[in-house]
Amino acid sequence: MTTMAETMDYDEVVARFDPVLGLEVHVELSTATKMFCGCATTFGAEPNTQVCPTCLGLPGSLPVVNGAAVESAIRIGLALNCDISPWCRFARKNYFYPDMPKNFQTSQYDEPIAFEGWMDVELADGDTVRVGIERAHMEEDTGKSLHVGGADGRIHGASHSLLDYNRAGVPLIEIVTKPIEGVGDRAPEVARAYVTALRDLLRALQVSDVRMDQGSLRCDANVSLRPVGTTEFGTRTETKNVNSLRSVERAVRYEMTRQAAVLAGGGEIVQETRHFDEGSQTTSAGRRKETAEDYRYFPEPDLVPIAPSADWVARLRETLPEKPAELRKRIQQEWQLSDAELRDLLNAGAVEVIAATVQAGATPDEARSWWVSYLAQQANTRGVELAELPIGPAQVAKVIALVNAGELTNKLAREVIDGVLAGEGEPAEVVAARGLAVVSDDSALTAAVDEALAAQPDVADKIRAGKVQAAGAIVGAVMKATKGQADAKRVRELILERCS
Amino acid sequence: MPSISRAEVAHLARLARLAVTEEELDTFAGQLDVIVSSVATVNEVAAEDIPPTSHAVPLTNVFRDDVVREGLTNEQALACAPAAEDGRFQVPRILGEEQ
Repeated sequence: MTTMAETMDYDEVVARFDPVLGLEVHVELSTATKMFCGCATTFGAEPNTQVCPTCLGLPGSLPVVNGAAVESAIRIGLALNCDISPWCRFARKNYFYPDMPKNFQTSQYDEPIAFEGWMDVELADGDTVRVGIERAHMEEDTGKSLHVGGADGRIHGASHSLLDYNRAGVPLIEIVTKPIEGVGDRAPEVARAYVTALRDLLRALQVSDVRMDQGSLRCDANVSLRPVGTTEFGTRTETKNVNSLRSVERAVRYEMTRQAAVLAGGGEIVQETRHFDEGSQTTSAGRRKETAEDYRYFPEPDLVPIAPSADWVARLRETLPEKPAELRKRIQQEWQLSDAELRDLLNAGAVEVIAATVQAGATPDEARSWWVSYLAQQANTRGVELAELPIGPAQVAKVIALVNAGELTNKLAREVIDGVLAGEGEPAEVVAARGLAVVSDDSALTAAVDEALAAQPDVADKIRAGKVQAAGAIVGAVMKATKGQADAKRVRELILERCS
Repeated sequence: MPSISRAEVAHLARLARLAVTEEELDTFAGQLDVIVSSVATVNEVAAEDIPPTSHAVPLTNVFRDDVVREGLTNEQALACAPAAEDGRFQVPRILGEEQ
């Protein structure tokens, strides 16, 4: 059913057409509870175990706004240089779809909490593009559907669907740009750089996990083309399911080449939602837009208006972290990096994660060494960015702390990191589940040392005769016997003790 | 004076997933017209300096602390579901509208 669409060579596209972008980013807040009820928001819980009458839309239940989520929304607005609305309401967005059991999503409509902002976005060559922010508004996430019986879990051909409402009601902020114009052939790069910069900013604000792989940061890319030299916007498409930074760039680029081929062939662009396929790196047609936009919004009667006082907003403004650009400048000085070294770390997407790891307690050297070596290899193998790895700065800092406390060797630490990457939980859980703690029990180690000495009596004699460097062979044997879980330094000490 | 057309009733019925017959379109158009006209009399007394009312109580900023409260168990959540599978609510095939 899927046929490969015609595309135009990219150089020709940008010679003939001028792209206009609009990016909508949804970010799930990392609050402990949902937007309108006290249910937990932990990712990956068993289906329908973080639900209550309110988020299931049961009769008689009433929502109450999570104050922490409103604070996060205001802080995001301020960090995006937005005005904060002195008075705004929630609205009901009415639609029938099983991902929302209430049959409406509580959102904001014509009164977003934050509006009219901007963000400066730095491109790879150091150029800066200022992206206008139209609005940032509060809403709730929907449940997760699982379509059964169709190919690839898609809705097409499914016999029925299964719903998990753990995610329904999780606080969501939707951030919408103004049309991004005049960037020409750099449009795909600008799209990626914007989402990257926004992710870094949100991470610095500590309001979200911003994990695209887990869906806590999601991007919809609106793309249209107009002939070079004209000003009227062309018909746009909205590409969803763009789940990595790399995909943001590729989806925009693909959509430009596809639309250009349609327009050049005398065709018309259909206003529709398109689905990005990670495998083929192409987009395919989804829902048509013309009948889908009648949501009959009205002010939510069950929630009173939000009226942030100037005082409150001023206090929240003081909690804003330093901007990523300023952070980079400071870090370059503190870590004494040359421009080239900083550029390398930036291109590797390592500056923010290292800084966050340092903030979580590691030293800059320790943090840098893990992120640019072992973790960089893992990211490379998986074809993702450092920040997209399923391990975060706080977890890396924890592993480093365990190494410093002598509870892990570097080798064991890598295994713990493997475990976290494999989704086995927090570092402490991986240590426990995989039995990775360093064998620091001297009696167990002494027994292993004695055994190794007994197995190699000639080596033991050499050590006793004062040839200390011969101890290396025994250390190796003990490390092998303990599957690398011994502290080599301590093993060496014990060998010398036993042979003295 | 508002006037509700048959087409508007048909559109609303579709949005509300209601099956409405041809005869009912006329009936409901007439009835809705009466209702909307009645409510519209409010416009006659509403002065420009009075903002539209959306809430009956003069409150703002009613917030909850971000503290987890125990909800329902999976069994309780699914107890009233017409059908369930693998701990999830089972719903009929979704036609035509992929979100």
